[in-house]
Amino acid sequence: MNSSSGSAAGPSSGSGDGSAPRRNSKRPKYSKFTQQELPACKPILTPKWVISVFTLVGVIFVPIGIAALMASNNVVEIVDRYDTECIPANMTGDKVAYIQNDDIIKTCTRNLTVPKDMDQPIYVYYQLDNFYQNHRRYVKSRNDAQLKDADQANKTSGCDPEKTTKDGSPIVPCGLIAWSLFNDTYNFTLGNKNLSVNKNGISWKSDRDHKFGKDVFPKNFQNGILRGGASLDSNKPLNEQEDLIVWMRTAALPTFRKLYGKIHQDLKANDIIMVTLENNYNTYSFNGKKKLVLSTSSWLGGKNDFLGIAYLTIGGLCFFLATAFTVVYLVKPRKLGDPSYLSWNRNPSGH
Amino acid sequence: MMKRFVYINDDSSQDLYCDNRISNRKYTLWNFLPKNLWEQFRRFMNQYFLLIACLQLWSLITPVNPASTWGPLIIIFAVSATKEAWDDYNRYLSDKQANEKEVWVVKDGIRKHIQAQDIHVGNIVWLRENDEVPCDLVLIGTSEPQGICYVETSALDGETDLKTRVVSSACIGLASEQLHIIKGVIECPNPDKDITRFDGNMRLFPPFIDNDLCPLTIRNTLLQSCYLRNTEWACGVAVYTGNETKLGMSRGVPEPKLTAVDAMIDKLTGAIFLFQVVVVIVLGFAGNIWKDTEARKQWYVKYPEDGPWYELLVIPLRFELLCSIMIPISIKVSLDLVKGIYAKFIDWDEEMYDHDTRTPSHAANTAISEDLGQVEYILTDKTGTLTENKMIFRRCCINGVFYGNESGDALKDVQLLNAVANNVADVIRFVTIMTVCNTVIPIRSKSGTISYKAQSQDEDALVNAAARLHMVLISKNGSSLEINLNGSLIQYEILDILEFTSDRKRMSVVVKDCQDGKILLLSKGADEAILPCAYAGQQIRPFVDAVEQYAQLGLRTLCLGWRELKDDEYNEWSHAFKQARSTLVDREWKLAEVCQILEHDLEIIGVTAIEDRLQDGVPETIETLRQAGINFWMLTGDKQNTAIQIALLCNFISSEPKGQLLFINGKTEDEVLRSLERVLLTMRITSSEPKDLAFVVDGWALEIILKQYRAVFTELAILSRTAICCRVTPSQKAQLVELLKSCDYRTLAIGDGGNDVRMIQQADIGVGISGREGLQAARAADYSIGKFRFLKRLILVHGRYSYNRTAFLSQYSFYKSLLICFIQIFFSFFSGVSGTSLFNSISLMAYNVFYTSIPVLTVVLDKDLSEKTVMQNPQILLYCQAGRLLNPSTFAGWFGRSLYHALVVFLITVHAYADEKSEMEELSMVALSGCIWLQAFVVTIEMNSFTILQHLAIWGNFAAFYFINSVVSTIPSAGMYTIMFRLCRQPSYWITVVLIVAVGMGPVLALKYFRYTYRSSAINILQQAERSRGPIFSMGGLESQLKSLEKDVASLSTSQSKFRNSVYEPLLSASDPPPTSTRRSIGPATFDFLQPAQSRLSSSYSRNCKDN
Repeated sequence: MNSSSGSAAGPSSGSGDGSAPRRNSKRPKYSKFTQQELPACKPILTPKWVISVFTLVGVIFVPIGIAALMASNNVVEIVDRYDTECIPANMTGDKVAYIQNDDIIKTCTRNLTVPKDMDQPIYVYYQLDNFYQNHRRYVKSRNDAQLKDADQANKTSGCDPEKTTKDGSPIVPCGLIAWSLFNDTYNFTLGNKNLSVNKNGISWKSDRDHKFGKDVFPKNFQNGILRGGASLDSNKPLNEQEDLIVWMRTAALPTFRKLYGKIHQDLKANDIIMVTLENNYNTYSFNGKKKLVLSTSSWLGGKNDFLGIAYLTIGGLCFFLATAFTVVYLVKPRKLGDPSYLSWNRNPSGH
Repeated sequence: MMKRFVYINDDSSQDLYCDNRISNRKYTLWNFLPKNLWEQFRRFMNQYFLLIACLQLWSLITPVNPASTWGPLIIIFAVSATKEAWDDYNRYLSDKQANEKEVWVVKDGIRKHIQAQDIHVGNIVWLRENDEVPCDLVLIGTSEPQGICYVETSALDGETDLKTRVVSSACIGLASEQLHIIKGVIECPNPDKDITRFDGNMRLFPPFIDNDLCPLTIRNTLLQSCYLRNTEWACGVAVYTGNETKLGMSRGVPEPKLTAVDAMIDKLTGAIFLFQVVVVIVLGFAGNIWKDTEARKQWYVKYPEDGPWYELLVIPLRFELLCSIMIPISIKVSLDLVKGIYAKFIDWDEEMYDHDTRTPSHAANTAISEDLGQVEYILTDKTGTLTENKMIFRRCCINGVFYGNESGDALKDVQLLNAVANNVADVIRFVTIMTVCNTVIPIRSKSGTISYKAQSQDEDALVNAAARLHMVLISKNGSSLEINLNGSLIQYEILDILEFTSDRKRMSVVVKDCQDGKILLLSKGADEAILPCAYAGQQIRPFVDAVEQYAQLGLRTLCLGWRELKDDEYNEWSHAFKQARSTLVDREWKLAEVCQILEHDLEIIGVTAIEDRLQDGVPETIETLRQAGINFWMLTGDKQNTAIQIALLCNFISSEPKGQLLFINGKTEDEVLRSLERVLLTMRITSSEPKDLAFVVDGWALEIILKQYRAVFTELAILSRTAICCRVTPSQKAQLVELLKSCDYRTLAIGDGGNDVRMIQQADIGVGISGREGLQAARAADYSIGKFRFLKRLILVHGRYSYNRTAFLSQYSFYKSLLICFIQIFFSFFSGVSGTSLFNSISLMAYNVFYTSIPVLTVVLDKDLSEKTVMQNPQILLYCQAGRLLNPSTFAGWFGRSLYHALVVFLITVHAYADEKSEMEELSMVALSGCIWLQAFVVTIEMNSFTILQHLAIWGNFAAFYFINSVVSTIPSAGMYTIMFRLCRQPSYWITVVLIVAVGMGPVLALKYFRYTYRSSAINILQQAERSRGPIFSMGGLESQLKSLEKDVASLSTSQSKFRNSVYEPLLSASDPPPTSTRRSIGPATFDFLQPAQSRLSSSYSRNCKDN
């Protein structure tokens, strides 16, 4: 049967040559990888190891927890809910009518007492509750291209339903987010002196530089029948409209705070700050709350006990588990890897 | 028109039919894309993802960029298509090889070499010995004067014996030159796939004047893929070519095999899909209610008073898209990838490389490695699979004298050699029968050496052995036969051959001694066929004993006998014999009857014992695999006694009293049924006893049973751990596999010959041994290995690891998808149930495709136990068999873990990043970081062994996450511009992430530790043992005691079968060793994971114990 390949011309003898070395190379090549013999470490959960891990976590977590809690405690925070207080007594029955009535002057005065010394900078936030900036209809209703580039003012895709004015000219900035810009204002006086609020630099620098154009000016904004929130100064480019920039950083949760400004002045305990505010923003129709927050800050941020408490709890639990495991280990030692535990070694017939 | 007319050697008619081009290809260059896409979209999963991807194009409802689904979808399709294309290309190459094979074909009266694909109907094809038949031929000439040739048809029908084919009567006696110019016409039916029928006619044209129509049958054909054997040349007319041959017509597309793991994954996917639908409906409903009650008050959302008609659908559809990631799109690709690597590991394995034949193991089917770890039944062939299929003459007993008992090799027994040298009459006669009484054909090569061609391996062994005893069969020319005995030439004339049939179980030759003119009848055959023919008064007891003794050793025995015939007795009989030979009706039966007349009053002179050696390591392999809880069935075409002896030898069954054989036999339906029911009853009664029961059934009874009493037999099959089926046909083998499969057992069929092909293809896993019977089985099989003993490693190492790895990989894939999906769902409660996505498109896509897919792929290197430990504790396989690592309850664990982790990530993120920090992009990145950290630790804690690659993948992926996000954070137009840098500068970010890890992993670690130490599974115990005391066999104490005891038992049971008297001795008799009794006294184990196997034994059809 070799005659066929022997007497054959070019192609088949070529294939014959090709198959011969292939047969030799069929032998698996030895390497640690192909033999699944790569050196490997096989950690197993020995009591010693597990107990030390839990102890170690405890040792690390408790100090961090204490530090975090202290940081949070050092933050002085004044929170004042004003949306209910700033309604005239005769209007409490119909808050929505009150807030939607443009003829009523909505100025309101609040007195805040400083509980402890507050070092500058003091951050002024407004806090909204039950406000869904993350609602799907809302969060997408913007056009980033339009905000950045003056040439793309016509780009209003995604801005429904605040896309264009009635006659079809594009709104800049378009979309629900911009349209519903928060428009309460605050003025602070300490004693007789006006407490100045610095509203520069409250937004992210990256937003001012790269997200909002310096040659983009508001156009046709809040010209519709239905007015949303604040109007914008049409002579100021968008990258200087810091309130808008802050507002357009949408919040992920229905309760959120946004920076209103900073006070560069230390406050003493028991100082009384008088806040003159304009209660313009409608949160009444959806039972939202409005709060004014003055707060200092720490390395961890604002006042938030959560991390500290969580760390302390976890650290404590770890210590507890480590102790429990140690006790169990000492009381009821169990030989690791004792083959007599293997069921087939205990099985009488064992086939 | 139902007929085709084939004009022999006529080029003008050849365009009517297709040429001999074989094509197994699925695609062409042009239809590849549409056809492949169509194939892929027939999978439900792909349809689902396509639907999701299309829905995402609708911007009103899409929560994320459509690219996040389209990207992975396209990648996945591309990967699958590439694989298909590659496979098809390989098929094309192998077709091409077959098509371009050179064959001799007569063209214009001259023999020419052409490519096989250019053969046309009507061409005359010449074949040489051992050539493969390239297409279906009608035989018109051979080198043999009688016009016969031998073919091996195993590729076609699985039968490995040689078959004779005869030249059609019209062409008998034509010389080779005439065959070059022969002309004629063959009338034959259109192509079909019936390989047992060919009803044609042939008429030759002048000058071959033969005006009669010459009928053709299947005996006149050479079918494609057969091999020409023992014949120098043969030629035939091509009648069916290409894909129209009998083989081509019967070639079906093999059903793709689905592993149990795949089936389980599909089931779990279905469950998750249902869960997803429920979630979508609930959230969609809630979302619509919230919209109508709350969102209308949220003036800044500006919901229109009345929306379009489909408004009610918008929110549910949004949630559908949001939740679509619950079903991991990457799981298919990941699984395909790791399965490919498992297969490669099998190919690469040095320890499964057969040094004798220089063949490595090969996984032809790359998709079913996990099933190897879940095998419950192994159905094995005997000859060539358990044995080497190398027949060697080992011992003989001549007139009561045993030769070869001491050395184990009669050919080295000095006594025998001396007896031959001294011309001891009995011995010479014995060896003469060995030499003469057969159908072996001696072939003298040019160099003078003589080789033998035998249809039967036994005859081959006998003739070769006789030659070693200096009685050499030199030549056989027609009726004369020459023997060289110690240098002197002896001649015989063969008068008649009384052929072997499986009913007669013996064969005889009538020869005339040319020296003294005496007529001799020489017979050989099975003991039960020869011994009754002994002359009255001969002591046959010694021969019976000899046969018994040899059979106990697993040797194949033949009895030899002879008788001198009177001239007139012979002449009278010869007349009757000739008459019987020419009868047309019941010829075989009549011949047998006539033979019976002559075969009596024999003088029995001896017994030969031929060894078909067990392959190395077969008993150990079977022992180990049985310990692993795998049941063995032996399906063999061999006879019952041999099968039982081999079974005893290789630990397949144990002898009394440890084991018991139950025979199912009978000739009629009633007998079979009675026998079957008796066996079943015994089996039921004794199933609680620790006794190895095995039933034995032969092909005849099996035929009746499979037709009539399937249900009863099924019950028996479930009860019995061991069975021996003898004299079964290839199709019965396949039927048995199917029967076990229908009981929901995972079956593995292993065989070496063409007769095993059907069972191999039928079984869940087919393993072929690339052995002496050719490569048919190996080619048809999913796995081909060189030796039976590699099966142990294939199952225990490769199968087990593959199962473990896939179990982890698949569940992990669901875990990570569910994790991110649950977070999205939780977030929806904080976003007015409006279907906002917390994560941006890039993050979602990268999470699925990169961050969470790559580290887990290194699971292909994970080993929970070392190979050695597994081999020493094969029982551990039960975890895989019973599906302990991947089932609804383990999946529930992963589901719970993802839910818990999602809660941890979400709640901690929301609380830590509350108030002034709750900026969308930042918060989403914190949550994503939490997921990435958690998944890295989950992989770490679930991984058992860490090589450098695992470290690289897990921690490298970690670094890659920060790197990729930092890069994206530098793009001003991206939504997450500067986010990563801002976060990395905040201490609160790191503190939050570490908190997530601690809260997420702490309970997991504690629970795992607790279970590991105080509720340890057998795997854990072995891991600990491996670690604390090195290799487990070096341990002292109970373990080694038990081990050594088991070894004693094992050696006892193997040695006992070697000596007949020990067989019936109680195994652990009066001196029952104490360790065994303590083992017994422990009684029913309280914590026993062997339970599933046992409860299954207690006659429950249903597999209730697969989970946990």
